[in-house]
Amino acid sequence: MSLWSRISNAVFGERLNREIDEELQSHIEEAIASGRDPGDARRAFGSALRAREASHGIRAAGWLESLLADASFGWRQLCRNKVTSAAAVLSLALGIGSCVAAFRLIDALLWRPLPISGASRLYILSRKMIGFEGKLVEDNHWATPDFNLMRDAVRIDLKDRADLIAISDADRTDITWSTDDDMEKAHVAYVSGNMFLLFGLQPALGRLLAPADDRAFGASPCAVLSWDYWNHRFGRDPKVLGRPLHIGDQTFEIIGVGPRDFTGTEKGTVTDIFLPLTMNSWATQDRIDWHHTFLMLKPGVNPAAAFEPGIDLEQLRQHLSAVNRAFGVQCSTCFRGPTQADIDRYLNQTLVFSPAGAGISDLQKEYRRSLGILGLLAALVLLIACVNVANLMTAQAAARVHEMALRISIGAGRRRLVQLILCQSALLALLASILGAFFTAWSAPFVLSLINPPDNPARLALPADWRVLGFGLGLILLVVLLLGLLPALRASAVRPVAALKGGEDPHSPRRLMRGAIALQVAFCFLVLFLSSLFVASFRRLQNRPLGFSTDRLLLLEIVAGKGQLPVVWNQTAEALRAVPGVDSVAISGWPLLKGIMINSDISIHGAPPVSAFFLNVSPGWFSTMKIPLVSGRDFRPEDTSLGTAIVNETFARTFFPGQYPIGRTFKRGANQSPYKVVGVTRDVPYHNLREPSRAIFYIPFAEIDDESASGAVTFATFVVHTGAQNPLSLANTLRQLVAERHNGLRVSNITTELELVRDQTIRERLLAMLAAFFAAVALLLAGIGLYAVLNYSVLQRRREIGIRMAIGSTRAGIVRIVALDAFLMTVLGGCAGVALGFGATRYVESLFYQVKATDADMIALPTCAILLTALAATLPAVLRALRTDPTEILRAE
Amino acid sequence: MARTDALQGSLDLLVLKILSRRPRLHGYAIMAAIAGASGEVLRAEEGSLYPALYRMEEAGWIRAEWIRKESGRRTRIYELTAAGKKQLGVEESRWQAVSLAINRVLREA
Repeated sequence: MSLWSRISNAVFGERLNREIDEELQSHIEEAIASGRDPGDARRAFGSALRAREASHGIRAAGWLESLLADASFGWRQLCRNKVTSAAAVLSLALGIGSCVAAFRLIDALLWRPLPISGASRLYILSRKMIGFEGKLVEDNHWATPDFNLMRDAVRIDLKDRADLIAISDADRTDITWSTDDDMEKAHVAYVSGNMFLLFGLQPALGRLLAPADDRAFGASPCAVLSWDYWNHRFGRDPKVLGRPLHIGDQTFEIIGVGPRDFTGTEKGTVTDIFLPLTMNSWATQDRIDWHHTFLMLKPGVNPAAAFEPGIDLEQLRQHLSAVNRAFGVQCSTCFRGPTQADIDRYLNQTLVFSPAGAGISDLQKEYRRSLGILGLLAALVLLIACVNVANLMTAQAAARVHEMALRISIGAGRRRLVQLILCQSALLALLASILGAFFTAWSAPFVLSLINPPDNPARLALPADWRVLGFGLGLILLVVLLLGLLPALRASAVRPVAALKGGEDPHSPRRLMRGAIALQVAFCFLVLFLSSLFVASFRRLQNRPLGFSTDRLLLLEIVAGKGQLPVVWNQTAEALRAVPGVDSVAISGWPLLKGIMINSDISIHGAPPVSAFFLNVSPGWFSTMKIPLVSGRDFRPEDTSLGTAIVNETFARTFFPGQYPIGRTFKRGANQSPYKVVGVTRDVPYHNLREPSRAIFYIPFAEIDDESASGAVTFATFVVHTGAQNPLSLANTLRQLVAERHNGLRVSNITTELELVRDQTIRERLLAMLAAFFAAVALLLAGIGLYAVLNYSVLQRRREIGIRMAIGSTRAGIVRIVALDAFLMTVLGGCAGVALGFGATRYVESLFYQVKATDADMIALPTCAILLTALAATLPAVLRALRTDPTEILRAE
Repeated sequence: MARTDALQGSLDLLVLKILSRRPRLHGYAIMAAIAGASGEVLRAEEGSLYPALYRMEEAGWIRAEWIRKESGRRTRIYELTAAGKKQLGVEESRWQAVSLAINRVLREA
């Protein structure tokens, strides 16, 4: 009550003064009425003003009053320089907004705990090993039998203290809800039955999967929908329970809907449907590593201490390592091909527990550094903006040095002066943060929407909750301090005597401002340097010669349930060729650059088997893709049974060095018939644009599945070259045509080769685009900053320049005193920026493609940009200095 | 001057006591009441009375209210709050203790 009344009295100070006056007046009247001499009664109060001051001080909160006064004074200052204030607010808003947006993305993807109970008690199991390719790899996929053995070991070791959970990747899968023809896509994850229970999740509808669903292979054909999928696919219809769901030849029954926020453990992908682990045919396979394994400690179990006497996290790790190794050794006959030494090296795996409370996903792995870099760029831009505005305020404060000195000499405390300036910077920061909030609200989802592979756009919840708010508030506080510190220090160092005499050391504000310029240039250089590296990476990746043409290529990805004989596929291809507007149709196992790679062991003349990647293609595929044959010939329709192969140049160079490859043979597996090379093609990128050329061999399409005796093909892609410029215009016609044939082939996905290529450069495009944006902003801000400082310094030194001109200084001399400093600072800052840049690039080298930080043009480009900007920013100040009229200046003195 | 000094530190006590006897007084009436009750010995100066009133109001011991007089002018009247009553007790016992101690010192001399 009391504090509140004091605050309200402070806010309504005028009203309070009137009330005090009124009360005193009524007192005097009473006194006169009771017979006192009027003059005497008035004198008793002494000075009316003093009486009011004394009373006012008691009834109003003084600190608030002074704060309000400072705020309104600061506001008037901002209003007086509308353009500069608007520029300051805009640049700060951009900086704050970008920083908060970067934080939101980084937090949502990497830090925010999953919406489950006990996210901090969740660990993921991975293993480090030397792979068959001889490189150190860390893999977090496991085979189900291995998982079962480890789960038993954990249960024996720890009883009820912890359990293992299996969760597969949420793969985009073909599903049908009703008739066979209505095929759609959903993200399906297979999970062990204990997941929902251990995560402490409650169903929104029906029931969730339970540990009992793990009891036997294939025994629990039930499915749980995620709330999100239930919402957007079924409009939250409760009658969804009991509906059948068809995936491949399996039928599941919907038993429930998960809780509202839970979308799986894969950040960036929303899981639509959860199925029991035991319903996947891979669950019995010893050699298929396909799902993640999580360790969940029960509530109250401290991971740092021993769970049971003699068992802590490290011992558990060793025990599981032993179990995993035993599993690998027992199955060592499953390896065909590698030498015993390679197998032993592979089996020597180190098990690792890593905290997984924030989920686990490829998106995290792929974008961790990129987002870090974007955060760094945003922070640098904010710093540059802060330095700019601080400079601006220093200049304003210096212009008010007389006022400051006057305030000090009539008794204003230095604290009060600092408060005055901090108030102004807080006002700026406040206005900027309001604008910045709008910018953030738009930009974070926008950047996320740029991570949009055609089939699988990233989806992340970006709530604006206390985490974001806290970060924002902290940032604003930091900005206020950064802005206010410089001018506040300056103002509190004012020596009234010197300032009022008009002879204060004119160099001191400029010294600070010059330091600020160097800082700004250093940051700006860093931003430009990183941006030019990212832009160059993107351009080089995008302009990488493909070796094939993406022009007018439509890709029909087809699935065929249990499989169809090649003849069915060929007939369908023939039907597609008959459609008007179709130039040619070929078949391949999967499209190039789809991200699929399958290898096979090959042996040349009985040598130890080595691994090489392959692709099944039909005759005419090379010409449809416009991949030139270097020598030999394309496949012919009758090649299917003859064991023919076409190899790329790298294959020929690697396996037949110095020989003419046509007519040579190689074998896949010991007892297989040999393949004869009939043609050699140019190298083309196989599964990834970034990789160097691999040894690839092509085999006829009919041989897609060498283990199935029938030769039935379960999936393949029709590559259609269309006459129309936009191949997608034929998509619906062709989709219908395939469906109408009712021959077991169904279109799973339609895309274009161009989209797949574009898909390969999404991250680089994102980085290049945003880095270029930040670079432009940084350059602009640095330019404005330099201009403002120089302009101010010329104004300040007008008298000096006038005198110099009057006593015969040359124009060159004037230019030197104006611009030399600035250029020295620019060069100094630039050097610091180069050092910073080299330091920073070491952490992000993995994001570059064929560029190095030491490339001459990578340094030259930002240097030129900064020098040009500095030149443009200096010019107006120099001209102003040269136009100084000495007589006018001296007359004014 | 001497009279003012004598009041130093005890003005709060006097105001609270007067208000406990006669609630709803304005400033001048409080001043007059102090003078009257003390046989014109104690006089609260205007310059210190009002700051003291505002301070006690902020402390929550007394509460103020604007009323309209017959003349049409507004005047501000004060009355004791529950906290003020408690404070009065505290101040009174402290005064008793202090005056007792002073008397003891005087007797010894």
